[in-house]
Amino acid sequence: MPFGARPLRPGGGGGYFYFTTTYYSLFLMQKTTAAPILEVREVRKQYAAHTALDGVSLAVPEQSIFGLLGPNGAGKTSLIRIITQITGADSGKVLFRGEKLNASHIGQIGYLPEERGLYKKMKVGEQLLYLAQLRDLSRADATQRIKRWLDRLELKPWAEKNVEDLSKGMQQKVQFIATVLHEPKLIILDEPFSGFDPINANLIKDEILALRDQGATIIFSTHRMESVEELCDSIALINKSRKVLDGPVTAIKNQFKTNTYELEGKGRLMLTHPDFEVLEQKERENGHFFVRVQLHAGATPNDLLRFAMTQIEVQAFRERIPSINEIFIRRVGETMPGSLVENVNA
Amino acid sequence: MNKIWLIIQREYITRVRKKSFLVISLLAPLLVALTTVGIAKFSSSSEADVVAVHDESGLNLAARLQDTDELHFVPAAPGPLATAQAAFTKAKPKQEALLHIPAGFTLDSMQGIQVLGKGNVALKRQLNIRKAVTKAVSELKMARSGIKQETIDDLQAKVELSAINLDEVGGKRNDAGTTTGIAYALSILVYMFIFIYGVQVMRGVSEEKSNRIMEVMISSVKPFQFMMGKILGIAGVVLTQFALWLVLSWGLTSVVAPLLLKDDKPVAATTTGTAVTSAAPTSAAQSGPAATPSPTASTSADALAEAPRPGRAFGVWSVLGELPIGSILGGFLFFFLGGYLLYSSLFAAIGSAVDDQTDAQQFMFPVTIPLILSYIASIMVIINGDPNGPLAFWLSMIPLTSPIAMVMRLPFGVPAWQLALSGTLLVLGFIGTTWVAARIYRVGILMYGKKVTYKELSKWMFYKG
Repeated sequence: MPFGARPLRPGGGGGYFYFTTTYYSLFLMQKTTAAPILEVREVRKQYAAHTALDGVSLAVPEQSIFGLLGPNGAGKTSLIRIITQITGADSGKVLFRGEKLNASHIGQIGYLPEERGLYKKMKVGEQLLYLAQLRDLSRADATQRIKRWLDRLELKPWAEKNVEDLSKGMQQKVQFIATVLHEPKLIILDEPFSGFDPINANLIKDEILALRDQGATIIFSTHRMESVEELCDSIALINKSRKVLDGPVTAIKNQFKTNTYELEGKGRLMLTHPDFEVLEQKERENGHFFVRVQLHAGATPNDLLRFAMTQIEVQAFRERIPSINEIFIRRVGETMPGSLVENVNA
Repeated sequence: MNKIWLIIQREYITRVRKKSFLVISLLAPLLVALTTVGIAKFSSSSEADVVAVHDESGLNLAARLQDTDELHFVPAAPGPLATAQAAFTKAKPKQEALLHIPAGFTLDSMQGIQVLGKGNVALKRQLNIRKAVTKAVSELKMARSGIKQETIDDLQAKVELSAINLDEVGGKRNDAGTTTGIAYALSILVYMFIFIYGVQVMRGVSEEKSNRIMEVMISSVKPFQFMMGKILGIAGVVLTQFALWLVLSWGLTSVVAPLLLKDDKPVAATTTGTAVTSAAPTSAAQSGPAATPSPTASTSADALAEAPRPGRAFGVWSVLGELPIGSILGGFLFFFLGGYLLYSSLFAAIGSAVDDQTDAQQFMFPVTIPLILSYIASIMVIINGDPNGPLAFWLSMIPLTSPIAMVMRLPFGVPAWQLALSGTLLVLGFIGTTWVAARIYRVGILMYGKKVTYKELSKWMFYKG
C-alpha cells in the first residue's frame, strides 16, 4: 500500500462503529479484570511475643462477596483491624481503590466487629444518627435512611426506645443497620450471623446479597462454612499468620476436586473394578442405594456410568464437589467445632 | 476536627438530659438558699448564750460581768449550788451554762471557777466565759489597787478594725471572714468537680469497653479524638452545672430570703462558707460508690468563729461585691479547667486499662491522692496559715496541686506573675498528662482479659500505633 493511502471502509459511519466497538470491548475487559477494591500487599503485624500476620497479600474484587476464613488465632482479626484502620501494619501496604488507605476512606468502609455492642442508654434512632455522622454521613441523609432501614428490618416502633429495651436479635439488627447506613463501598462483617436466629440470619443474608447487587463489596469473616458456600464469590484462607489459599470459589473447588462421583439408583451395585474405588456405600429403603466412588487415573465418569448401567437402574449421578468445609479442614488440618457434619445429599 | 465536635455534643447532651443532672442542679442551690436563710434566722433569734452566775465568793463578780456579743449573764437562782443547778436545768428561756464561783475564790488565789453545762461545754463558750470573767477580775483588781471606777471605764478600749486591701483600686474594705469563706467554697468546688466528673470520664470509657461499642467507635475516629471528645464534652457539663448553680443560688436566695426573714436582724457574712460545704454531701451522692471525702466540717466551723458578726448588712452577695469577683471567677474557671483536663485524662487512661470497675480502684489511688492531699494541705497552709508564704507558693505552682491551691489563694490576692507562671505550668501539665494518657488509652481500649500492672502500662506507652 502506498504510504498515506487508507483502505476503503464502508461509509463514513464505519469509523464510528470501529471506534465504539473497540472502546466497548475495552470497557468489557475493564469490567471483568477490574482493579480490586482492596489490595493487601505483604502486610506484617507483630505483637510483643507473637507474629499476627507474616507477609499476607490478597486482592478483593469489586462488587463481590469475599470470604475471609481461618481458624482462631490465625490472624483474621488482626488483618481486619488493619483494614478498618484500628491498628496499623508494621510493614506492607493496604490499598483502597488504588489509594493508600487513609482516614478519608472511613466514610466508604463499614465495619461490624465480632464482639459488638451499642450504647445501652441511648435511643435507637439517635444512636444510628450519631454513628452515621461519625462515618461522614450528613444529618439529613442519615435521618432519611434510618427511617427506611428501620422500616425494612421491622424495627420502626423501636426508634425512640433505648437500645437496652430491645431483644438481643433486634439489637443485632440495629447494629447491622449502623454498619451499612452510610452506604459504604466496602463492608466488613466479622461473624455477622452469630447471635441471630435462623429467620433473622436469613434476613441478613438477603440484605448482604442485595447490598452486593447494589454495588458494594463485602468481606465476610466466619467459621460458618455453610454461609460461605451460599454467599461467597471468592475466598481467602488464613492460617498461622499466613495466607494458604485464595481465589474464586469455583476455581478453588476445582482445584480440590478428587475425581469423585456419586451414584444413586435402584438395585445392588458391585463395584469390583480396578478403576473405581468405593469410598462410601449406603443402602436405603425400597432397594435403593447410594455410593461414592473415586475414579483412578485414566477413568472417566462415563466409564463409571457405563459400568453401573449394566447392574442397576441409575437415578442420580453427579460429581462430588468438595465443600469449603472439607477444603478448610484439609488445608488447615485441624477440626473445627460444629462444622464436621457433612452435607450428604439424600 | 468535625468528629471531635460530634463526640463532644453527644457526651454533653446525653449527660445534661439525665434527670439526675437536673435534680442536682436545682437541689444544691435550693439547699444553699435554705441554709443561708436558715442560718440567718437562727442567728437572729439566738444571739447570745445565756449564762447563769452563781457567785459564792462574796466578790460580787456577777455584777461586774459584762455582757458581750456572745454572752448574756443572768444571776442564778439564790441558795446553794444544788438549787442553782436544778433551776438552771429547768430554766426558760434556755440557759447554756452555769458559772459557779466558789467561796474560796479570791482576787489573789483565782482558783476553782467552774462552768457547768448540759453535756460537754463547747470550747468556744468556755473561752468566751473565761474572757469575760478574766476581764471582770482584772477590773476588780484595778479597783482594789485604788484606781477609780471612772478611770477604769475610761481605760476600756473597744477598738474597731477595718481591713483595707491595698491591691484593689481605692483600697476596698475587705472582710477576712468572707474572703476565707469564698476561698473555701471555690476550692471545694474545684475539688468536688474534678473528682466527680473525672470519675464520670473514667466510667464512660469503662462502659464503652464493656458494652463493646469501642471497636466500632475506634474504626470511625482516632482514639485521641474519642478520648478528648469525651473529656471536653464532660467539661461542658461541669461548666453548665456550675453556671446553673451560680445563677440559681443567687436567684433562689433573693427570692426565699424576703419570704422567710421577717425582721432586719443582721446576719453572719460567711454563711456561703457553710452553705456550700453542706452542699458537698449531696453531690457526693451523685458520684455513687466512689464517695467524696469532705474533711471540712470542723475546720469550716472555726472559720465561722473568726467571722465578725452583727454589724454587716444581710446579703452575702453585697459583700461579695467588694471583692474582685471578676478576676476571682476568671481564675477559678481557668484553674478548674486546667485541673480537670489534667486529672480527667488520667482517669480516662485508667478506664481504658481495666476491664471492670473493681480493677479500677487500684489505679485510682495514685491519681486521687494528690487531689485529696492538695485540698488538705491547702487548707492548712492557706487558710490557717499564710496565703502568700513559701509553702503556699509551691503548692500553687505544682500542676497536680495548683488547681486547688491557687483557687484557694485567689480571694486573698495573688501577684500577676505568680498567676501567669502557675497557669503556664498547669497548661504544660495537662498537655503532658494528656499525651501519656492517650498512649495508654489507645492500647488499653482494645485490650481485654489482661492482668494490668504498672509495668504493663508503661509497656503500652511504647507500643507502635
